[in-house]
Amino acid sequence: MAAEAPEVGLFATCLVDSMRPSVGFAAAALLERAGCRVHVPRNQACCGQPAFNAGDRAGAASIARQAVAAFEGFDYTVAPSGSCAAMLRRHFPALLADDPGWSARAQALAAKSWELVSFLVDIRGMTETGARFDGSAAWHDACSGLRELGVRDQPRRLLASVRGLTVKVLPNAETCCGFGGTFCVKYPEISDAMATEKAREIAESGADVVLAGDLGCLLNIAGKLSRIGSTIRARHVAEVLAGTCDGPAIGAPRKRG
Amino acid sequence: MEATSARFPANARAALGDADLRASLARLQREYRRDRAAVAARLPEFDALRDAAAAIKDHALDHLAFYLERFEERVIAQGGQVHWCRDGTEACEAVLAICRAEGATAVGKGKSMISEEIGLNAFLERNGIAPVETDLGEYIVQQRGEAPSHIVMPAIHLNVKQIADGFRAAHGALDPARALDGPDALLAEARTRLRDKFLSAEIGITGANFLVAETGSVVLVTNEGNGDLTHTLPRIHIALASIEKAVPTIDDAMALVRVLARSATAQEITSYTSLVTGPARAGDADGPRAFHVVLLDGGRSRLLGSERRAILRCIRCGACQSQCPVYGHVGGHAYGWVYAGPVGAVLTPALLGVPAAKHLPAASTFCGRCEEVCPVRIPLPALMRSWREEAFARRAGSATERALLKLWGAAVRRPALWRALVGPVSYVLAFCARRSGVYRALPLAGGWTGARDMPAPEGGSFVAAWARARKADAP
Repeated sequence: MAAEAPEVGLFATCLVDSMRPSVGFAAAALLERAGCRVHVPRNQACCGQPAFNAGDRAGAASIARQAVAAFEGFDYTVAPSGSCAAMLRRHFPALLADDPGWSARAQALAAKSWELVSFLVDIRGMTETGARFDGSAAWHDACSGLRELGVRDQPRRLLASVRGLTVKVLPNAETCCGFGGTFCVKYPEISDAMATEKAREIAESGADVVLAGDLGCLLNIAGKLSRIGSTIRARHVAEVLAGTCDGPAIGAPRKRG
Repeated sequence: MEATSARFPANARAALGDADLRASLARLQREYRRDRAAVAARLPEFDALRDAAAAIKDHALDHLAFYLERFEERVIAQGGQVHWCRDGTEACEAVLAICRAEGATAVGKGKSMISEEIGLNAFLERNGIAPVETDLGEYIVQQRGEAPSHIVMPAIHLNVKQIADGFRAAHGALDPARALDGPDALLAEARTRLRDKFLSAEIGITGANFLVAETGSVVLVTNEGNGDLTHTLPRIHIALASIEKAVPTIDDAMALVRVLARSATAQEITSYTSLVTGPARAGDADGPRAFHVVLLDGGRSRLLGSERRAILRCIRCGACQSQCPVYGHVGGHAYGWVYAGPVGAVLTPALLGVPAAKHLPAASTFCGRCEEVCPVRIPLPALMRSWREEAFARRAGSATERALLKLWGAAVRRPALWRALVGPVSYVLAFCARRSGVYRALPLAGGWTGARDMPAPEGGSFVAAWARARKADAP
């Protein structure tokens, strides 16, 4: 029957896997709520973006082949990250285009790979998640999801459905936070200037928490907010949508004192 | 001009410490973003026009030799001349030869990025000819001994006070106590100074936005009227153009003008769109008696046959500069050569070589804003990435970065090993930061922790934790 639950491979991404497992569990909970059967293949680690953007095409291709092999068996592959999903969706086919054994497989995977929130809304037709969050949140559009995958309205729509949540609009929500992968450590002063501007706008928004769909950007933003002594917390959007905000926010202490 | 692109990090640091510059750039980006969005929204077919513009340029590039030869035929038929120059030296020599043949020393100049690229002003000055910039922004930076910092807004890095100070220094004969307190006063003074230059110029040098093959016309898109005074009043008009400016027809040029003005200055159309077709004809009331086009290859034909040929679609609107957040923080001069911002990050390595320009394609977050607004849809991040690939292949980057990348690659290609590392390391990092939640300093991570704290991990690997949880759930 058509309503059978799709088998979804959850591509956790190396950052969620290593830095914030709770985002992975939140993503899995949302996918299950959207009627999917969630699988987390063990043969996964990274999408190869650091190598790809450093100009190491061969290294990136080799990591891409591993990801294709790990995920091609599922109906969909979903990642709680716009930039990693864009790697699968937009860049794997180009990276493996000249590889006769892998080109078609990369294209097939690309066609069924999605960023988490756009998958929930565009593919699964989710209109509300049933979550509750008492407070106000500022939404930051992470660049890759926004410009490479067109993730713009989907998170805003789902956030609007969260009970108790007030969404604050950032003045330059679509402007880069200055993370940019290795850019932030190769050109730290420029990255700092961009992050400082972003943090200031978030602070001025009066929100309790800032949300985005990419952990890289969130680590940068949370780190900057912490450095300037702001009490505004940063969370991945999946945590709020899944209603799993009981634990500490990104960069928040686990123990008082 | 001497390129300082190799010193980009130091240039950028200096720029970030310049409060006046930061304020000027912040204003540019704030106002440009707003105005460009508004002008695009007023034209429902704007995005379709961008597709058409890209297709026109692609077609012209596919048949570039044909259209350039056709253009030359038409120029000659109208009594003009085309000078084919392989590089900047040949182009400078061609301009000098024309000046010498005329015995001319008074040169008025309209805006031309090619003249910046070939270092024409300095070359002419060394040869006893003093060119005067007549575009207001170019005039301002010339008086200050600076290069333009933006393709269409050459003095955008300056505020009114800085411009006034420059005028006081350059116009020493005027009363030092005069009021120069706003754009109108500055404009009036520049206009008075330039009027004599227009009238006395023997040669007028302009750039060219497009070269129209079907008519042999040079299309000039300007706002101040200086361009037309520059090419109609003197005896000789020299238009400087690089080869990729050729388009087949007037209609094509006008389609490009529609996206150019909107993208460059958020105008629907600029004040002047001039078609210059040959020297003055018998009976013409004005116009030069000789018309020269100095046509520069300067590395373009090499680009034409490369994977980066899409950059030759560029129509020099500067939208990528106006929107780029990196440009918006460091400004054009930090890039160290003629073309700043995303377009410069792609062009400069091609024209100056990878060793001199390796920082420019690296200094991007790949946020994609440039590609989003490019009127001819140049995939700028992809082209920057292709330069990173070339730098990586040539081992031009830092050895430390390369080694770290290799280590990281070795780990993520072995997911079991990756998780064996992630688990213990993240638990230790999480435990040590349990009270603060962040690290204020970490060994080897000074690039990060110099400016921001490093949030501690939660502890453990998600994939491993999931596997444990599912095993526990299993019946």
